[in-house]
Amino acid sequence: MTEPESYSRESKKDHPPAFYRDYKSTTFRHPKNRAIKIDHTVTEVTGPLFSSVKLEPGEGDLSIENGKEAQGQRIFVSGRVLDEGGRPVPNTLIEIWQCNAAGRYLHPNDQHPAPLDPNFVGRGRMISNEKGEYKFTTIKPGAYPWGNHFNAWRPAHIHFSLFGPAFVTRLVTQMYFPEDPLFAFDPIFNSIPSESARKRMISEFDLDTTEPDFALSFKFDFVLRGRQATPFENGA
Amino acid sequence: MSKMGVTASQTVGPFLSIAMRSEGQEYLVPKNSKNAIKIHGIVYDGEGTPVPDAVIEIWQANINGKYDHPEDNSDNELIKGFSGFGRSCTNNEGQFFFVTQKPGRVNGRGNSLQAPHLAVNILARGMLKQQVTRIYFSDEVQSNAEDPVLNQIDDELERKTLIANFNPNGGLIDEYEFHIYLQGENETIFFDV
Repeated sequence: MTEPESYSRESKKDHPPAFYRDYKSTTFRHPKNRAIKIDHTVTEVTGPLFSSVKLEPGEGDLSIENGKEAQGQRIFVSGRVLDEGGRPVPNTLIEIWQCNAAGRYLHPNDQHPAPLDPNFVGRGRMISNEKGEYKFTTIKPGAYPWGNHFNAWRPAHIHFSLFGPAFVTRLVTQMYFPEDPLFAFDPIFNSIPSESARKRMISEFDLDTTEPDFALSFKFDFVLRGRQATPFENGA
Repeated sequence: MSKMGVTASQTVGPFLSIAMRSEGQEYLVPKNSKNAIKIHGIVYDGEGTPVPDAVIEIWQANINGKYDHPEDNSDNELIKGFSGFGRSCTNNEGQFFFVTQKPGRVNGRGNSLQAPHLAVNILARGMLKQQVTRIYFSDEVQSNAEDPVLNQIDDELERKTLIANFNPNGGLIDEYEFHIYLQGENETIFFDV
């Protein structure tokens, strides 16, 4: 019997701790016992592939709702899903959600007194193509206040959920926009210990992929966990 | 070969339901199908308060012990239409549920066999990264005793945090109760995978 091929272990510098004092809601939502390390079995190296999921046309375009244009700055968010070895992760489900241009989510618990947009829901889905590529059309989300501490504001961000090929490649993250003045004050962004890992959550403005007279463009690549022993590609 | 840096995890935040709630995703099999079971429970925080903004995801083999994935190289048979993935957003009382079939046993490392189990991801506001646990079944006493992952845990009370309790439920669907304690004296065992 062949053993499952393990994935790499996660670095504590690249990911946030379960308890981060400055993000208050972690206080009673983090385990105090140490997690038990387990070897990867067939359970961990397999995962949902969503091969039967059929996306509706328009699920990757958040900028139009019922044929009507949402308010705000229209943007493309595109890039690739890769593993740590730089290989594309094809056919993987990507889910996104975000607030509208004014910084308000379409959710009953969001009481921020900013306007809702009748033409914006803020939910999208897409499946990466054979090269691992994806492209959403949306509007640039606004910054918004939250109750973590006095005068707390979240930098503009889009929530992303990805699965990758295995249970252990699951990633839920937030993608930020370049040069946001709120980074320095945001405990969620700053919960990542490594500065380079924090910077990797920031998208890049990309003039080449803008569409003249239509939309600006931001590029963002995701890097999911790869195999422990990365085999060399031919000619690499 | 140098590795690329991974993308960091961030919290799902309080509004995860915008993207993650959708009709029927708790049902891996229809409720009235043969061998259907229901797994349900409540997510609690460290103050004993139910968590109303969590999402629980499960990944499991089918009743034959086969994952719908090319890297399961066992000879066990796939079941058409059974993907093995489910998702449940907690309600205002912190409750989640799944209707599924009990997975068969799958291989462990070496020549071991694992007890029937589900792999579980827990995500919520206030959690910067998902926590991972497993759900085992209380009526699988023999296979649980042989399970290499459960056997990494010596403390009987800690082991129990991973075992869903069978409730025969008077001839209706078989029910298993599994509460998740993010923190505190009953804290669930979480895994570093």
